[in-house]
Amino acid sequence: MLREQVVVSATTPSGSVRSHTVNEFLTFRLGNEEYGIEILKVQEIRGYDSITQIANAPSFIKGVVNLRGVIVPIVDMRIKFGLSDADYNQFTVVIILNVASRVMGIVVDGVSDVISLDAEQMRPAPGLGPVIDTEYIMGLGTVDERMLILIDIEKLMGSSDMGLLDNSLN
Amino acid sequence: MAKTILAVDDSASIRQMVAFTLKGAGYEVIEAVDGQDALDKANAYKVNLVLTDINMPRMDGLKLLELLRKLSHYKAIPILMLTTESGDEMKAKGRAAGATGWLVKPFDPKRLLEVIGKVIG
Amino acid sequence: MSTDLEQFYEIFFEESSELLADMETCLLRLDVNSPDLEDLNAIFRAAHSIKGGAGTFGFTDMTETTHMLETLLDKLRKGELEVRSEMVDAFLKAGDVIKEQLAGHRGEGQADPAAAAAICEELKRLSDEVLVPPAIEIPIINTKTEIIPVENEVAVDEIRPVSMDDSSKLTYCIQFSNDGMSNATIENLFANLKQLGIVENNTPKNEKELCKLKLTTSNSEEDIWETLAFVVDPANLKIEVDSSDSAEVNVTETRISDATHANVESLVEEDVCATTPMPPAPGYGFFPGAPAAPKDIDDSEFNLNSPQQQSVGSNKNELQATSNKPSSKANTTTPANEASSIRVSVEKVDQMINLVGELVITQAMLAQTASQFDPVVFEKLHSGMNQLERNTRDLQESVMSIRMMPISFVFSRYPRVVRDLASKLNKRVELKTVGENTELDKSLIEKIADPLTHLVRNSLDHGIETPERRIAAGKVAQGTITLRAFHQGGSIVIEVSDDGAGLNRGKILAKARERGLPVHDGMTDQEVWLLIFEAGFSTAEAVTDVSGRGVGMDVVKRNIQSMGGRIDIESVFGVGTRISIRLPLTLAILDGLSVAVGDQMFIVPLNYITESLQPSAADIKTVSGHGRVVQVRGEYLPVIALHEVFNLRPNVTAVHEGILVILEAEGYKAALFVDDLVGQHQVVIKSLESNYRRVQGVSGATIMGDGKVALILDTAALVLSSKQEFV
Repeated sequence: MLREQVVVSATTPSGSVRSHTVNEFLTFRLGNEEYGIEILKVQEIRGYDSITQIANAPSFIKGVVNLRGVIVPIVDMRIKFGLSDADYNQFTVVIILNVASRVMGIVVDGVSDVISLDAEQMRPAPGLGPVIDTEYIMGLGTVDERMLILIDIEKLMGSSDMGLLDNSLN
Repeated sequence: MAKTILAVDDSASIRQMVAFTLKGAGYEVIEAVDGQDALDKANAYKVNLVLTDINMPRMDGLKLLELLRKLSHYKAIPILMLTTESGDEMKAKGRAAGATGWLVKPFDPKRLLEVIGKVIG
Repeated sequence: MSTDLEQFYEIFFEESSELLADMETCLLRLDVNSPDLEDLNAIFRAAHSIKGGAGTFGFTDMTETTHMLETLLDKLRKGELEVRSEMVDAFLKAGDVIKEQLAGHRGEGQADPAAAAAICEELKRLSDEVLVPPAIEIPIINTKTEIIPVENEVAVDEIRPVSMDDSSKLTYCIQFSNDGMSNATIENLFANLKQLGIVENNTPKNEKELCKLKLTTSNSEEDIWETLAFVVDPANLKIEVDSSDSAEVNVTETRISDATHANVESLVEEDVCATTPMPPAPGYGFFPGAPAAPKDIDDSEFNLNSPQQQSVGSNKNELQATSNKPSSKANTTTPANEASSIRVSVEKVDQMINLVGELVITQAMLAQTASQFDPVVFEKLHSGMNQLERNTRDLQESVMSIRMMPISFVFSRYPRVVRDLASKLNKRVELKTVGENTELDKSLIEKIADPLTHLVRNSLDHGIETPERRIAAGKVAQGTITLRAFHQGGSIVIEVSDDGAGLNRGKILAKARERGLPVHDGMTDQEVWLLIFEAGFSTAEAVTDVSGRGVGMDVVKRNIQSMGGRIDIESVFGVGTRISIRLPLTLAILDGLSVAVGDQMFIVPLNYITESLQPSAADIKTVSGHGRVVQVRGEYLPVIALHEVFNLRPNVTAVHEGILVILEAEGYKAALFVDDLVGQHQVVIKSLESNYRRVQGVSGATIMGDGKVALILDTAALVLSSKQEFV
């Protein structure tokens, strides 16, 4: 798995496209849409198996898994983003992330590839409607004909409506 | 064969610093935490030089010196006092007990090696 | 300073912390009226060791404080001064200052130099005082500007009070290169030297690189060396006894010579120091003729010292105690077996515990797989698996034991707490500790300290009466607080008991009513006592700054509960109170029963389970609006259906088709309804919170033999929630 980033730039608090030159993203599919997250946040990719449910958690929190002795919560992004079909088959993939010094996994429909985007290929996000709050979108990336929705995964996972962190409860 | 030094100090930090310095200079080092421990180790190992603190629990350095000098194979071995103890009173006592010389704490590693080099270099 | 030394800082910090703790222990048990020489020696040694290390590692602030401490202690152990309680206070205070300095060097906060200066001053006063009673006050003249060698006049420092004991004083000529030293450094150095005695600056006017000083002091050459060693390059430093001057130098004389020398620099240079070249690095030497001494040693070096040695020796003839061998009894606090132990960081141990936990899981997985093979055909595999299981368990046990520490690590802080607090409250209290060697997990040791401190303070503040009241009540004036620890089953019990006034039932009930708590006169004592753990509850008549704001007891209870423990109170009015804390021995491992609901598995901590049973349909009753109850041996217990609590799809919905696990927590009972029992395991507790958050009804998670995660039930919370629903 590639983990290199040619130029690392500091995360800016706003969701605007930043002035760095090249950034690498892992792209994945949710339904018909293609998303990208910064490769540096990705720890590994696994299949979907044996999840232990967590009582009374929001439906998008599927439960926890054992990742080499560490208990890791798993979020189904398809449910979170309200995409209709959230079935689990042998193609279902869990991306294990390392954000804010916590380990967590997200369920996606499939991982595509790792792409590099330079500043010119990234555009600020327009209002995207109710599917995903633009607050968590770093921007839109264009590669050939493809459009990527670049997610600020750290911000998203740390947000209070994910309910992943204790302090987000209050 | 590397020369062996018995380093005696009740302070772990000083002991380890001494041991580290000496090992870095190619000496074998045996550590002892007080006079009694040193005496046991002096009997168990063949030592080329003893470096001892004075003020220690159980058995102090002066007593250690005195007892070591009674052992036949420690009669002619250099024994250095390593001490913060003030005054020539202590030097006199050390000399009477059979010390070869003294080194005042605090010292830096360079000086330690210099002194030891003079005796068994 | 050589950066090589930094790697030893951590050892030095730990060592010093231990020495400070030892010192405090000795100080606290020191009987001022008949001080134990061994204790004094031990305290002295602790200060001495810290000073040695601090000097070596360049922590000069600590060197200074410990030096003052050591000076006074030395006088005490030599019997030159009598121990007074004022001194013990000063020693304790100095210990606190050194602790702060230590913390400062560790990067944890900032030591207050003013506090250090104050305590040094006090220690100095205490050690000087008796030599010259009453203390001589000499007006302090600011000589700061005089120190810098810019003028050709000889600066005489008048700050120091002149000791009566001038006969042991010597004058040293000090010469060093000040090349590359800032004025501030030099100033600082002068200030330090002034601590030792009278400093006279003999640096010639046109001399830019060389500092020449004269120092008259009763301290030894080593002391001077020590003061200078970390500022001045040893290779450029010369210290020698001033041969031109007699030992009996006093201020007047210096002033006179001062005047004489004022305008004759060349004379000063040649005369006063009568310089003979010294070896470049003093601070060590050899005794000529001593065994194995180098042949080429300069005899003059020793001879040079001998007059001084005699004069010092003859003056201190009576001070023989210096290094007389301490008896073996002295070393209860200085472990002699130190050499056979090693220091390991907690992270490493935790990592090992984690790995062993993984190993246990892997072993369980293998065992499960192996059990599918025919034991006759695969006999060797099975015996191997058995051995692996045994070895794994032994390994796990011994690794867990690494984290176990005696409770004395916590208990040892209370003598100080009690001493300080008792004197503040004008109470007389003796602290007894029993079972200090009882071991428990290190993480619990850290967590128990605060709640326990609170309980001890509380006992002292609210429990123990003033001496007058005690006498009036027919008790001895001195109260007793007893800390006791012992193992009971898989738990450790820690008790804080006092022979004080006891809890006042009427007062507590009245206070509870005032606070609007639901109470009635029919409550048992036990129930009444537990009220003091309610938030905002305080029965102290006067709120003191010690413990009486009613903040705390509820926090204490919560802390204990979060450790998986519980707290009980027994009290008899007028006789005393005993608060006992029961804690699991370790936080990391738990004996549990695994239960199944639907396709999920849960762990119920075994120590909350009284029994499990399959009820008959007739024993189950419904109470309208309150769910179901089950009759167990004449008692009606609320039924908690786990699938309802956790919103799961169970395999069985009728209670009598499943299993009831009877739980007991905090005096309440409930029946937990599950599909089935699976088995009993020792499980390694994993935190859910490290990557997720706290989940209601769940206290943690573990990994089962098949690699799946199972949640551990928060039994107490479940039982209590059923109680609230039901009462």
